[in-house]
Amino acid sequence: MKDHAALSEAFNKDEQRVNWHDETLWWVRQKRDKASHQIPDWEELREAASQIKHNVLSDLGNYLEQFEKQAINNGISVHWAADAKEHNDIVHGILKRHGITQMVKSKSMLTEECHLNHFLEEQGINVVDSDLGELIVQLAKEPPSHIVLPCIHKKKEEIGDIFHEHLGSEKGESDPQILTETARIHLRNTFLTRRAALTGVNFAVAETGEFVVCTNEGNADMGAHLSDVHIASMGIEKLIPQRKHLSVFLRLLTRSATGQPITTYSSHFKRPRPGQEMHIVLVDNGRSIQLGREDFRNSLKCIRCGACMNTCPVYRRSGGHSYHTAVAGPIGSILAPNLDMKQYADLPFASTLCGSCTNVCPVKIDIHDQLYKWRQVIIKEGYGDKKKATAMQAMAYTLSSPKVYRIAGKAGRLVMKYAPFAVNNSLNPWYKQRDMPEPPKESFGEWYKKNRS
Amino acid sequence: MTTREKILANVRKSQPPLVTAPDIFLWENRQQAEASTVLETFKTVAGNVGSKVISVESIADIKNHLNILPGTRILTSVPELFDVADDVAPYQNANPHQLENVELAILQAEFGVAENSALWVTEKQMGTRVLPFICQHLALVVNAGDIVADMHAAYQRTQGSDHSFATFIAGPSKTADIEQSLVLGAHGPRSLNIFVLTT
Repeated sequence: MKDHAALSEAFNKDEQRVNWHDETLWWVRQKRDKASHQIPDWEELREAASQIKHNVLSDLGNYLEQFEKQAINNGISVHWAADAKEHNDIVHGILKRHGITQMVKSKSMLTEECHLNHFLEEQGINVVDSDLGELIVQLAKEPPSHIVLPCIHKKKEEIGDIFHEHLGSEKGESDPQILTETARIHLRNTFLTRRAALTGVNFAVAETGEFVVCTNEGNADMGAHLSDVHIASMGIEKLIPQRKHLSVFLRLLTRSATGQPITTYSSHFKRPRPGQEMHIVLVDNGRSIQLGREDFRNSLKCIRCGACMNTCPVYRRSGGHSYHTAVAGPIGSILAPNLDMKQYADLPFASTLCGSCTNVCPVKIDIHDQLYKWRQVIIKEGYGDKKKATAMQAMAYTLSSPKVYRIAGKAGRLVMKYAPFAVNNSLNPWYKQRDMPEPPKESFGEWYKKNRS
Repeated sequence: MTTREKILANVRKSQPPLVTAPDIFLWENRQQAEASTVLETFKTVAGNVGSKVISVESIADIKNHLNILPGTRILTSVPELFDVADDVAPYQNANPHQLENVELAILQAEFGVAENSALWVTEKQMGTRVLPFICQHLALVVNAGDIVADMHAAYQRTQGSDHSFATFIAGPSKTADIEQSLVLGAHGPRSLNIFVLTT
């Protein structure tokens, strides 16, 4: 299993693409700034959102029961899944009962987390992702690289090739307008022929038992309203107390995500339409454990806007796939170790701790503090990088004794002066993307002794 | 122990001490801007997200702005337009697939929101849920007096109402998934015309 450093190295091979990726995401970040600056009390709004989520987390048991009761009253079937497997089995069970072998799906990071597509394909069920970006990565047999912009790592020419192969567009066609039209025609037919649709959930209201799904494309609505069976999968942390609280979150969500004032569609599903079946699957999958980790429970406030990714200097230059988890970037790096500390031990280290993620987060999650705290937990639990541990021990030894420190400093300067090849080689990770600095003639200590003492 | 009981028990064991939700009264009761300012903001924002705003003095006036291609299918929930479009009511419980070839839907919106140009459309006004999404072009009608300033005012307005399905619509269906190039007409309507009734 390759770690973040190794996977970023692969992404970094194409420098021009890295620059383009970096600039595109920074442009999205700037749009977020512009949109947020138009709201005079943006900071108060963030604070309110954070506090509402705090209230949700502190009373989640009751809110879940309240939501379930209301949803059942509204004619929705409510299911509970402890983990990914149980979620996938529930979805499969619903489809099987209806004899359905084809399903259309709109964006749901939860189903990525549960690897639902793969599981259903194994059961002989065909799944089509209907969000344009998700469709592109699905056809390319890749996971999404960004939670809001799933194929942000792909150039239009590559998308043109994928569409030529799978959807029959003209060879060499790379005009986004024409490619989107190709997908529109293809997916319209899909929407009209699928009896089951699965959607994600942006917000679920405990007070009323309704849930809200936000899209720009209208794909969630097309799928849901044309289907006989609508399944909505949601993590248990998606609840909000009352309907009026939607105002706070809908004001923040898209402004933070893409700089739009709101998504094109913010659909409120309360009851199935006559003759339709509606299901909600409430998924835990580690969330109740994270809730019990005092230092990390705030990560459950996340509303999946992606602002922390767009602003992150590491994400922008390493690409979403380097995080090898469904949710990439800073937020993914504090969520993933909860699920598997060993497999994701590298992620909290994939950060400069600059704090930009924390500054843009619409629900004020202390992301960079949590990255720092995860590092400590991971080292304490023995999942740290062994090479790094040895280097740290050597450094601790050197810094603990002034004598050893002076000798090491001198040795370093001599090596760089007389034997630069010893450090200017590929064994030294620092040298990979930059030159080593000129060695100073003497240390500050030596200079001070000569000139000031 | 069922999964449900297990999850609820784990959640209750893990959740922090109770903290009350903050008051959002502050935003809900703010002095609203002048009606004319609110309307102007609505128009500007709507233009920014790709909608076209047309002020009309009467419902009948809408007909002067419709560019109807002969032989295309048009549905509406606005009785005054039944001479140029079919009534959506009969489709209420029909198979939604029957609406596959609708070219234009003209629907009444309950109210609009100035800060993001979203229009609140309920199931009752849609006839059937899929209509505002499956039509090639969408037109929404809203009274100028029914534009509120922001989302807080919007949810206050919906308080007490009960809809099996309702949605905020802001602009035509769109995507920027290919290299962040904005394309209008992803899966839903390719255009949104908003008729603002000024009388």
